[in-house]
Order: sequence, then C-alpha cells, then structure tokens
Amino acid sequence: MKINGATALIKSLEAEGVEVIFGYPGGAVIQIYDGLLDSGIRHVLVRHEQGASHAADGYARASGKVGVCLGTSGPGATNLVTGICNAHMDSIPMVVLTGQVPSYNIGTDAFQEADIFGITLPIVKHSYLIKDVHDIPRVVKEAFHIALTGRPGPVLIDVPSDISKTMHQFRLATEIDLPGYKPTTGGHPKQVKAAADLIRASKRPIIYCGGGVMRSGAAAELRQLAHRINAPVTTTIMGLGAFPEDDPKSLGMLGMHGTSYANWAITRADAMLAIGVRFDDRVTGNKTSFGQNAKIVHIDIDPAEIEKNIKVDVPIVGDVRDVLRALLEELDKDPSPPDRAEWYAAIDTIRAKYPLDAADGTPSELKPQYAIRRLSKLTHEDVIVCVDVGQHQMWSAQYWGFRHANKWLSSSGLGTMGFGLPAAIGAQIARPNDQVVLITGDGSIQMCIQELAVASAEKLPVKIFIMNNGFLGMVRQWQALMYNRRYSGVSLPPDAPPDFVKLAEAYGIRGMRITDVARFDQQAAEALAHDGPVLVDVRVAREENVTPMVKPGGHVHEQVEDEV
Amino acid sequence: MKMTLSVLVENKPGVLTRIAGLFARRGFNIDSLAVGQTEDPTLSRMTIVVNAAEHPMEQVEKQLHKLINVIKISHLDPDASVGRELMLIKVTVPPAKRVEIFDLVNTFRGNVIDVSRNALVAEVTGDSAKLKAFQELMAPYGIVEICRTGKAAMSRGK
Repeated sequence: MKINGATALIKSLEAEGVEVIFGYPGGAVIQIYDGLLDSGIRHVLVRHEQGASHAADGYARASGKVGVCLGTSGPGATNLVTGICNAHMDSIPMVVLTGQVPSYNIGTDAFQEADIFGITLPIVKHSYLIKDVHDIPRVVKEAFHIALTGRPGPVLIDVPSDISKTMHQFRLATEIDLPGYKPTTGGHPKQVKAAADLIRASKRPIIYCGGGVMRSGAAAELRQLAHRINAPVTTTIMGLGAFPEDDPKSLGMLGMHGTSYANWAITRADAMLAIGVRFDDRVTGNKTSFGQNAKIVHIDIDPAEIEKNIKVDVPIVGDVRDVLRALLEELDKDPSPPDRAEWYAAIDTIRAKYPLDAADGTPSELKPQYAIRRLSKLTHEDVIVCVDVGQHQMWSAQYWGFRHANKWLSSSGLGTMGFGLPAAIGAQIARPNDQVVLITGDGSIQMCIQELAVASAEKLPVKIFIMNNGFLGMVRQWQALMYNRRYSGVSLPPDAPPDFVKLAEAYGIRGMRITDVARFDQQAAEALAHDGPVLVDVRVAREENVTPMVKPGGHVHEQVEDEV
Repeated sequence: MKMTLSVLVENKPGVLTRIAGLFARRGFNIDSLAVGQTEDPTLSRMTIVVNAAEHPMEQVEKQLHKLINVIKISHLDPDASVGRELMLIKVTVPPAKRVEIFDLVNTFRGNVIDVSRNALVAEVTGDSAKLKAFQELMAPYGIVEICRTGKAAMSRGK
C-alpha cells in the first residue's frame, strides 16, 4: 500500500518509540499535522517554537529518551534555533523536525523559506535535508541513533512540503550503515590500569564529575568509585545529583560559583579524576592554575574533549559507565582501603572557615537562598528541579542539596534565559507522576512566559517559583562588582508590569505571592500541594549577590587563597 | 607549519560545507583544499593544507572525526607522501616572445594548452615551490590570470 511522506515520517517516529512531539503548525508541515491525527503520538501545542525545542530538551533530560520537536519552515524553524543550540551545548539527545518549502522552490527565496540546514550546521550533531521520500525511514532511524549514542546531541531533519505529500511504497528501515560513525564506548585497558595506578599513588585525590555521568547513567558506579578510593567529589553544574550532597565526601559544585572548599581542594589535589566533564571556563577559571598540582585522568566519550582545554596525563575515551566499571574491577585487584584522613582534615578546615551558609538561620527579610533551601526541605525526594538562568540558578545549584541523578534540569552550557518554563513542561510530560518545581527569575520567566498557556491547557501541575528581585540579577551583580555599581539596563522594578499573579490567573493558573519570611513555609507548602499548575511570585531581597564568586578569568582558588 | 590532511568522506551534499565551516569556526585558515570522487563513487577524498601549530591541529582532526560523514583522516608526512597541484596561467605574449615562453614551459614540463594572438595559457603541475618559481618566471611577460587547483596528495606505497 502506498502512503505519503508525512505518514512515512510518523510511522518511522512511532517505530523509534516516540510518544510525544512538541510543535507548532504551519503551511510547510500541514501534511505532517494531518498525519498526526491518525497517530498515537501525542502532540503538545506550544505557543512559540522556542518553547518546543526547550520542552523537547526538558523531556529528554527527564526521561533519558530522545526529545522531539517540530516547526514549520522559515520563522518556525529559526525560532527553534536557540533550543537546538542549548541542547547541543549540554549534549542532550533531540530530533528536530522542520518543514521546508517545496523542493522545487528551494533556493528561490520562496515564502517562508530559510536555509535551516545551513543555519544550524554549527549547532547540530548531524542534519539532513530530505530530497527523496524513500529516504525518510533510513534518515529517521539514523537520526535517533546519532542523537542518543556516543556523545548525545541534536539532529535536524528538514522535510520539504512536496516530499511530505509524495505517495510511495513505504518500507521501515531496520539497518543502520554509518561508516564514519562508530563511537568508542569501552575504555582502553592500558589506560584504565594507568588510571588505577595513578589513584593508588595519590595522597590527595579528587573526583570532578559532570553531565557525562548523567548521560551514561553512571551515578551508581560513581558512588562506588568515590567510596572505593575514598576520594572527595565535586560536580559541575551539569553533574549536580550525580553524587549525593549529604555524603560527607561531597564538596558540592566547583568553579565560578562553586564552594570555596571544592575550589581549594581541586587546586591542592595531587590526582584529579575528571569524569564526563569538558573543563568549561566557568569551572576552570584561569586555566594556568586549574589543577596545577594534580596528575589528571580524563574520562569522556568524546575524543575531541580530551586535551581540548587542559593537558591530561591519562586520557580514557569511552562511555563513563563502562570505564568506571572497568576501573573498579582494576582497583579491586588491590583492595586495601586508602587512608585519606589528612586530606579530609585539610579540606574540612577550609569548609569550616568558609562554609556555604547564606541560607542558614531565618533572615529578617526574605532571602532567595533561604527560600530555595526551604523549598528543598518542603518537597519530597522525587522532585525534579528545573531552573532558568541567572542568580536563582546558581543559588539553586548551591542550596538545593541534590541527592539523586537526573533530578536537576539546567541550561548550563548556553545559559539560555527562557529555558526553564518549557523545559519544566517537557519534564512534567516525561514524568507525570513526579513533582516538577521550576525556580526562575523575574527576567528569565518573561522570555518564554507564553508557555504558561501550555501548562494550563495540558493541566500540567508544574510549581513555578519566581525569585523576584526586580533586577536582571546576575548582570546587576557583575555591574556592582566590576563596574562600580553603575547599573545599566538591569532594573525591572518589582511592582512594575507585569503583575505575575494576575498574569497567571489570565492564563488560567493559580497565582500566589509570598512577601515575608514568616509565612514562607506555609504559603510555599500550599503552592506545592495545589492540585494543578501554580505560579508563585516570591518577593526576595533586591540586591543579594551569589557568593562565593571567582571573577571571570580569575584563579579558582583566589577567593580563599587571599584570606587563608 | 604547513600540514596536509587527507580526508576520506561520504560523497553526499553538504559535506564540504560541514568541513569548511568547521575550520572557519575554529579559526583556521585553509591554505588549499582539493576534493574529488575516489575509485568508489560513494566516497570523496579531500586534501586539506592548513597552517597550524601541532596542538590545535590535533583538536581540528578530532573535531573533523566527529562529523558523521567523515570516514577517515590521514596526516600526510611530507617525506612519505606525494602531492601535486595544477596551475593554469595566462600570460601576455607578443609573437616575438612566443618561442621563448614555449621553451620555459617545456623546461617546467608543462604544456601550452591555448594560444591566441597576444596571449597563451600554460598548464604546470608540481609542488608549490615549482609553481611559484614558474609564476615568477612568467611575471615579466605580464600575467593576465592564474587559476590553481589546490594540492592533491596521497601517501607513498601501499
């Protein structure tokens, strides 16, 4: 039986196990939308295509599956770009479907034509422009394989509208033949042994882990390793939850807004196990001093990450979980437990001197750190925390106290304001039985605020807490610290429009406002218990800073070093 | 330091753009790039000459490897590889000087492939030093136009 290209696309998506697509219709994808009516795939209508790509991203992070989004040609496709770049920077598996003008019109500047294949080349793992309807099943199969395996990332499929309409004999693809794509998953045994030897010889080891632990599902192996070698663990912002922060070995996050003791320890360590990380500049600060006393083992599935930013002593290319299992096996050949009492004592001295304590006690005015710490206490273990970008993001990273992997969704590499709300929507759809809490800022939420309509229409019980300080806070903080408090373009007075409570109500969502410390717990608990989406405008102290802080390009140990 | 990469890629639309774009994004200038189909019509071979210090070159090779359409990258050692470039050069030639120029072209084992009343076109192949030398010899006659292919190279032996 013959079917059209759009139906072939949908059947191919079904074969990949796709359950939901986040999208927005238009002329170039109308055939695909017609086909969706006869499919079991759920379509979630976002209110802007940027919301579709972020929602697919949030869905992927929360589910571990490939997120799928769909936009029409031209502006529909270009509106997806920020979300594609976001997924690319954080290595999130995503398949992006875009409509294109009819193939016979490509290159003519036709109505709603944009070369989305060309526009997205630098920010995709791979991309396709379909020119023959018979290619659809193969392309879809390859796209999902590429998106999810190796170092995950976004894959774009651009489908001209005439191809969507072309009738043909459909045959599902079963084989994948990509001669240039063979990710290495098992670490080289010699290198694994070299890593084990290096650990055994070290007195002051440290584990520095990141998003690669999440993507490979290696949190359990990481915990085993930390206990096996008795080493402290610090995580990147992408690695939060990879290691439980209530474990005495946890040093929390490192880097620009990391704990003083994590940054101190990474500078003093004689061995560093960098696991699923990419030595981002927000982590390393000035690279000349980062880990300057350590022999470095770097485990990563992407060979290009090895020595991209930092020279390493033992490179291991492979899937983090596979490599950690092999490393544990190697370490078990000599099971004597290492004594690190001196190392921990030194770290604890710094921890006691420079604790992360801005959320301790009950402040006289409502502080954002306090609000975040209380929200963490008021929610249950399975809660998924989604954040936007800015000060609230860093305070959440510092004060939530993550204990489980894949419970933290943050636009980390690209730092995309507006990511939070659609990503929370995607996460709630992926995990309908878990509570999803979005912590956002008064600046960030307004970048994709129209997606409140989706939470409302789809009855998604996302709990939204705006840390409203009336500023674009992170930029204000930089202007305060580096530009002598000459505030420029950062003020959003808290009582100026919009009234977030009324706005929530306009979207059919419950709106609340919390203004004082004394009632915070009661009102926040009420919001969390509400049976449906709720938006809470939390009025917090206006000029609170995120500390500790390493200035851009500074040495990560400086904040402590200067005072010790 | 000049480095020559031989890159085997799938012969598909957009592959050249992906590779050229990668070099541009990483801040590398491609000195020369020659590409053409191989003995297998589904594959193309690119010869890319770049000017790079060793460390970033390794990074570029790794990034190239990440492109799905790239099958193999070989680093061509100048002592263990052969490379050629083709130059077409159009020179102004008064009839009285024609024989003189024919002699020079022959000396460089080139061919004159077109002659008109006041100009001729010669083809010369060789390494860049040879082409440069020939170009310098032709300069006094008046070079009208030059077109070069970029270097094509492969390793010696099996």
